[in-house]
Amino acid sequence: MKIVLLWTDVMVWLLVVSLLLWAWTVSSSPQVRKLWHTVFKSSIAMASAIILLFYLLFALLDSVHFRLATPSNESQNKTLQYGGITSLLDVMFSHNMKNTERTYSAPFATHEYTKSIVIDEQGVTKQEYLPLEYVGKGDDITSKSIFAGFVGLAIVGVLIFMHILWRGRGGLKSELPWRTAYITLGVLIVTFTWLYLLSYHYHVLGTDKVGGDVLYQSLKSIRTGVLIGILTTLIMLPVAVILGVSAGLFGGWVDDGIQYLYTTLSSIPGVLLIAAGVLSMQVMMDNNPTWFETTLERSDLRLLFLIIILGVTSWTGLCRLLRAETLKISQIEFVTAAKAFGVGKMTIIRRHIIPNLMHIILISVVLDFSGLVLAEAVLSYVGVGVDPTMHSWGNMINQARLEMAREPMVWWSLFSAFVFMFILVLAANLFSDRIQRVLDPRNKS
Amino acid sequence: MLSYIIRRILYAVPILIGVNLITFLLFFMVNSPDDMARAQLGAKQVSPELIHSWKEARGYDKPLFINYESAGIQKATDTLFVQESLKLFSFDFGFSDANRDIGSDIKERMVPSLAIALPTFLIALITNISLALLLVLFRGSVLDTSMMILAVMIMSISGLFYIIAGQVLFSKIWHWVPISGYESGWDGIRFIILPVLIGVFAGIGAGVRWYRSIFLEQINQDYVRTARAKGLSELKVLFGHVLRNGMLPILTGVVVIIPSLFMGSLIMESFFGIPGLGSYTIDAIHAQDFAIVKAMVFLGSVLYIVGLILTDISYTLFDPRVKLS
Repeated sequence: MKIVLLWTDVMVWLLVVSLLLWAWTVSSSPQVRKLWHTVFKSSIAMASAIILLFYLLFALLDSVHFRLATPSNESQNKTLQYGGITSLLDVMFSHNMKNTERTYSAPFATHEYTKSIVIDEQGVTKQEYLPLEYVGKGDDITSKSIFAGFVGLAIVGVLIFMHILWRGRGGLKSELPWRTAYITLGVLIVTFTWLYLLSYHYHVLGTDKVGGDVLYQSLKSIRTGVLIGILTTLIMLPVAVILGVSAGLFGGWVDDGIQYLYTTLSSIPGVLLIAAGVLSMQVMMDNNPTWFETTLERSDLRLLFLIIILGVTSWTGLCRLLRAETLKISQIEFVTAAKAFGVGKMTIIRRHIIPNLMHIILISVVLDFSGLVLAEAVLSYVGVGVDPTMHSWGNMINQARLEMAREPMVWWSLFSAFVFMFILVLAANLFSDRIQRVLDPRNKS
Repeated sequence: MLSYIIRRILYAVPILIGVNLITFLLFFMVNSPDDMARAQLGAKQVSPELIHSWKEARGYDKPLFINYESAGIQKATDTLFVQESLKLFSFDFGFSDANRDIGSDIKERMVPSLAIALPTFLIALITNISLALLLVLFRGSVLDTSMMILAVMIMSISGLFYIIAGQVLFSKIWHWVPISGYESGWDGIRFIILPVLIGVFAGIGAGVRWYRSIFLEQINQDYVRTARAKGLSELKVLFGHVLRNGMLPILTGVVVIIPSLFMGSLIMESFFGIPGLGSYTIDAIHAQDFAIVKAMVFLGSVLYIVGLILTDISYTLFDPRVKLS
């Protein structure tokens, strides 16, 4: 086995590590702990946080890439042969990856969705629904569901039991709505185990035009959506913070220059700037085919470029906010006092300005997330989104859209993509609402 | 007032030059004229002479920024960048890859775009503000809470879903309106109803939340308490004080997008087959027609800057405290 690090993988894991470090350093401060305690006191925030973590888990599973050694017949051959790049999620769903059908089939169907012309033994041409190749025949869905349900409940039970034991150290009384958390976790895990175990016997959410499993596609799309949502903000954050703070603090020509920069960038219509960027990037990638070896690396590089382009186009709003806030803060007495004491500019920024900007930064990160996830679908539709070979909800919608005219309608691809997206975006929106309510000082009343 | 407007327009010039520089860099540095010629002429019969004549016909044979062969001021002006910029500033967009005049295409396609965008904008504005006022009137009630939950759900669903679901329900199953197409004149209204309704509905969640937060911010102010204390009814307080004072933040968000309505909506127009500027842009992106995309970027920026100027002017009309000078 050989670990493969794609560019986006590196960024995701860097992000995870830095988030954990940040959480670890910040958790020592009692004010911050109290703030987050207040955030999670709301059961809606708790439930949405768990849903978000669940999605994140899939994105992370799908961000561990490696190439498996393929067993070769010639044993004397010393050099190991490696197969294509797969991720942990691919390994979990290897049965779905391999078992592609011929064409469309409805969820839980045992036969294809459209009639095919077959010639039977007597040489008579008939039209009939062909049976699907990789579907368990004569199997009972109910008994399998009950079994899957028990497995799911057992997993949830063990997890919750462990957590209760862990909580038990400090007494079970808590202000946090743990019951909501357990219920959300239970629903998520039981649903997923049910889908997962049945996916060995059926195409649980149907298959698409070339027979690919829709459940597998929807789960693979999680990584694309989550990455675009998180990494874009991560890329634009340093730019927005550095430029915003220096514009607000230094004033003069620095301020003028930065203001000019963001007014110019924000005056270009967003979609068009992204489209122009992506088109240029495509040309650049076509001219440099040596940058990537496999199609996966190619689509990964394209995702990275898309994220960078989205970052470049979206920092202006936050930068403007941060500039205004820095202007306001730098007039307050504690900053003037620090200046009078001869404290250096960098220390003032680090100790007085940045901590007071944290709430704006945090709110904008969570607020932008859902918008970016939705934007991915639209951009893929316009043709300037992720690579067409990459799994994403936008690509799923885009492909399924062409089948709308079909009678009867092929609805499951669209449906799955929209439902997966809806749950993620709804959770993100609810969570950001809560963060905004708790952190925004204007809401203190 | 007039001098203020003139000064604002002069301020816009450097911004437009910046926009122009960005698009120029994106299109010509990465995608050199040679590449464009090769893509246009097709890979097969490409010869250096053909490329050269293609570039010469379009004026692409000049150097990008500095022309060392010319003398004096010509060194800077006889370049691709300056020539292209001057053309754009005089709104001469040149020809598309299909050899059509982009300027007249844009003029022609503006009307269908507006036919969708303007009604959507107006109806959405009125619905969102009235719904938000209604929620503020009943703030804290079950109606308010449930509508706010509904609003979050509406804004969490992808806009593409509304379009696809609307087309399937109203056109495919119920046959109320045609699925797509466009016709000018009053007959064309049946083509417009569905995109407008979907556009309004898709924006209702975010819109109502935004207006509601603006009004709620006003309602905790002292002047509202005073108005209530002097015995005004809640409705009078809402329309006479809260709505009027909320006008300023509303104007900031709303006026700036009015000129951009000309640009149309990319997604809506391409789904409903409306021959407007949105579908024009999307077709150009699909065909990788850089000339059209560049023209639309420039047009979009101009319209945005016009919107910013209009916003400032509208302040003076609604807020007597603001004096432009």
